[in-house]
Amino acid sequence: MNERKLWKHAFRLTTPVMIGYLVMGTAFGIIIQTKGYSFVWAFAISLTVYSGSMQFVLAELLASASPLLHAALMTVAVQIRHVFYGLSLIDEYKKMSPLRRFCSIFGLTDETYSLQCSLKTPDGMDEGRLRFAVSVLDHSYWIAGCTAGALAGALIPFDFEGADFAMTALFVVIFVEQWQSFKGFKKRLPAMIGAVSAFVCLLIFGAERFIFPALAAATLALLALRPVLGGKEGADGTGN
Amino acid sequence: MGQGIERLGFTGSVVMIALVAAITLALRGAPFVLFGGRKSTPKFITYLGGVLPPAIIAALVVYCLRSTDFTASPYGLPGLISVAAVAAVHAWKKNTLLSILGGTVLYMTLIRVM
Repeated sequence: MNERKLWKHAFRLTTPVMIGYLVMGTAFGIIIQTKGYSFVWAFAISLTVYSGSMQFVLAELLASASPLLHAALMTVAVQIRHVFYGLSLIDEYKKMSPLRRFCSIFGLTDETYSLQCSLKTPDGMDEGRLRFAVSVLDHSYWIAGCTAGALAGALIPFDFEGADFAMTALFVVIFVEQWQSFKGFKKRLPAMIGAVSAFVCLLIFGAERFIFPALAAATLALLALRPVLGGKEGADGTGN
Repeated sequence: MGQGIERLGFTGSVVMIALVAAITLALRGAPFVLFGGRKSTPKFITYLGGVLPPAIIAALVVYCLRSTDFTASPYGLPGLISVAAVAAVHAWKKNTLLSILGGTVLYMTLIRVM
């Protein structure tokens, strides 16, 4: 009963990601299938790689038979932003059993990270289990989308262009919620630093290269501001 | 397929997928391996854990809009209008599904009519 309640709650939390992942996954499935890879490949890739942006790059790498070194460098370039996500979840993920912990680290996509770092556990619910359920549900939507896309995507007559905006909307929603929960200039400063450093780095480095420098610059700026932001009361009150 | 493009064979494909998957997992797991094993997490990591999420989420919003072309019609307006609408509706109604579904439908409509 309690377990059912927990999964129901996790389903409610992950519904926005479900919409986005089914659409984006279907798009990937269609593409990988046009490169000569069946739904079995789409299933295997979405199970093991599990990354929206990287899987689209991987489809190109596979289709053009790129050298492995090139593939490795591309992966690092596209995925390195992920090294920042774990930093805010280390203590939260300690509350899990090793297997649940591994699955949740494995599944730390942009979208799952955004849910994990804004997650609030209802009273009487096990936080570790809830975080695991969120990770597993997100991953299953992605696998379902990718596999279905490769199987039947081309047969769907509806034009889905722009439906991936659901992911942008999810980030905007979480941004608004964080903004409203942080009162005062000091607590809102991290969000402003993130936005400004993203804009500046976008102008300097261009669309395909800016996210890692942007996150690195924001991290350095936040570390430099630690005496101001991380005062005795600061560090605990700024985030959850 | 079959247009003279030589994709990787079975083994080559498996190796490349495994490589990409392994690097992705390594990057996602790095902070946990570096800082998670100790009894108490270093203080600067705890501090970053508090202040990084809002910075990352703000950067991810920009990341989603990164390919927007502001120099040619429709000047990125569908994206900007939809983002503003999502923010406004969410600040007003605080209903996640409504904000996301409404914003997505609005965006899909705008890119077709603008």
